[in-house]
Amino acid sequence: MSVSVSEPDSRVLVAMSGGVDSSVAAARLVEQGYDVTGVTLKLWGGESDSGCCSVADVEDARRVAAQLGIPHYVFNFTDEFDDAVVGRYVDEHRAGRTPNPCVECNRSIKFGRLLERADALGFTHVATGHHARVTRSDRGTFELRRGADAAKDQSYVLYMLGQRELARILFPVGELTKADVRAHATHLGLRTAAKPESMEVCFIARGGRESFLTARVPARAGAILDTDGATVGRHGNITTFTVGQRRGLGVATGERRYVVDVDARTATVTIGAKRDLLRDAVMVRDLLFTDGVPSGAVVVQTRAHGEPVAATLDGSTVRFARPQPRVAPGQVVALYRGDVLVGGGIAT
Amino acid sequence: MNSALTYLDHAATTPMRPEAVAAMAPFLQGTFGNPSGAHAAARAAKTALEEAREEVAELLGARPGEVVFTAGGTEADNLAVKGAARRARATRGADGVVTTAFEHKGVLASCDRLAAEGFRIEALSVPQSGVIDVDRVLAAVDERTAVVSVMLVNNEVGTIQPLDRIVAGVRDRAPSAVVHTDAVQAVPWIDVARAAAGVDLVAISAHKFGGPKGTGALVVRNGTAVEPLIEGGGQEAGLRSGTSNVAGAVAMAAALRATCDARAADVVRIGALRDRLIGGLGTAVPGVFENGDRRAKVAGNAHLGFPGVEAETLLVALDQAGVCAAAGSSCSSGATDPSHVLAAMGVSRDDARSSVRLSLGFASTDADIDVALDVIPRAVAQLRRAGEAA
Repeated sequence: MSVSVSEPDSRVLVAMSGGVDSSVAAARLVEQGYDVTGVTLKLWGGESDSGCCSVADVEDARRVAAQLGIPHYVFNFTDEFDDAVVGRYVDEHRAGRTPNPCVECNRSIKFGRLLERADALGFTHVATGHHARVTRSDRGTFELRRGADAAKDQSYVLYMLGQRELARILFPVGELTKADVRAHATHLGLRTAAKPESMEVCFIARGGRESFLTARVPARAGAILDTDGATVGRHGNITTFTVGQRRGLGVATGERRYVVDVDARTATVTIGAKRDLLRDAVMVRDLLFTDGVPSGAVVVQTRAHGEPVAATLDGSTVRFARPQPRVAPGQVVALYRGDVLVGGGIAT
Repeated sequence: MNSALTYLDHAATTPMRPEAVAAMAPFLQGTFGNPSGAHAAARAAKTALEEAREEVAELLGARPGEVVFTAGGTEADNLAVKGAARRARATRGADGVVTTAFEHKGVLASCDRLAAEGFRIEALSVPQSGVIDVDRVLAAVDERTAVVSVMLVNNEVGTIQPLDRIVAGVRDRAPSAVVHTDAVQAVPWIDVARAAAGVDLVAISAHKFGGPKGTGALVVRNGTAVEPLIEGGGQEAGLRSGTSNVAGAVAMAAALRATCDARAADVVRIGALRDRLIGGLGTAVPGVFENGDRRAKVAGNAHLGFPGVEAETLLVALDQAGVCAAAGSSCSSGATDPSHVLAAMGVSRDDARSSVRLSLGFASTDADIDVALDVIPRAVAQLRRAGEAA
């Protein structure tokens, strides 16, 4: 049961990145009769080639807003983004963990600062172009569901949304497939209809994660060990390794090797065979639940586009029904019941 | 003015004065010649262009041959700062530029460019009053100084700078140094002919005083040596090539004439409106503070801080109520960047983030102030309530 029914005095602030999803999100809100205002968030002042926050993207958003006949603003959240997203991303990597900056951005910026500012300005709702759905349970509480397009579902990076947020959020393209979104944009003649998707971390420019981190965290060389503790090689910088990583180990062995552990304290990387990565459970910190603690069986997803697997939640431990490759510490572990996201936390 | 809008952003741009619209109309419709040509159509355009030049020169206290038309204030600043500095280094090895940290970006970005070329740039901070300390400027000047660039009126806080004393001091210490002033914000309020009488290079921009956008001028006095930025057909005495913007120049001259004619009365009328605005907000909004010393400001400027409120949010709330205002400096993306002017004046980041500029101009009316005094206190109160709730 969908709640995307226009209430007459609903005023919606829609975050428009200049991409096709948020363009169509804005268009659908207008079609549904909401009083809509667009906003583009300036998040990153530094160099980036993914197009995030570029003048061209802001211009795309502005032009789409003009075509839809809605006001459009730009909010400068670069300070907050620097602290809460980029700074944290770097700190987490420094500590040997593998953060998801989109999650932090959703938590602190889009559904933090933006929601606050929207409230202050009297907007009843904030909308984004995320592929996810908000529905009502039989008890009347809000539920976060996967987007209709399984391949594009983004509920995972929204796991932190609680009742307070869900009550005020609209995901107007959540019911659509990506193909529907593009078709709708084309139908409306929106200039963003054929725009390619951004796939990478928005603030990381050409040169990639390694050079971004190397520029911010002093390189610390160290040993590469096998699972027996024997030294099998050396690496140049601990910060660039992630649990589960296969490429770029610089160690020639017969079998495929994976990073099974990263110890930032000693700058040590441990590698092993795929089976050495397998775990029965993952410990999760900072667990949040959309609507109370779920009991019994859940499915968990441990990467943004990872396969959901069966598990049970036991306190702060998620036990897999069958052993799974180790979740890199810092990654989100999202818990689902069917297509309803019930909560999640951070892998330790 | 569009009656639905309460426009309090004249420092960003002004509506066009009817005199300027009327003056440029013939050049958009009938008189289209290229003034550089050698036939009747060209002559008509050339005559108009040179008459406009004479008018602008007279009103700025310059000779006609000293007026170089540009495509606006930023270009005039670039031409002045880069053009004079590069020429001074080439001819006499001077490589210093002295300026203030709260100049317009047209000056500051030019200085950045010069720094990359090896010039020594001294960009002085400014007291909280918003008025530069003359002694500090002079202390930074020596024989190696190529250019001293100090704006006549600051674009954000509206403070008038003691240019005459700076000029006198520079002449004393470094007679070869070129003095430039960005007078873009001054024209509606003060007699630039007098205030910048001894200045070598004076930049103005038409759209700040009822002229069209994309038109400005640089006064280049007494053959001050300046290297061109744009080269080609050698128009504007070789300092600014490109086919002349005849309509723009003619409209700028008309706007300047109308502005100078109305100035004395406008300053009194608008100053009273501005004081009523600040006084009213001071009464209706607890904790409001002013940036820059009001006694040093031009009549149209109010720059106010509303503690507990973010300017970026307040501007949206005001816009939703039909009130146009500004904060910081607009970047090309349309985001509000933190004000480099307030930072240069030592205003804290928090205070800067809660400050907005309300700038009045010739189009401002009593009714605008009535609306502002109704809308702004309510918006601030609403945002403060929300802030407390958060």
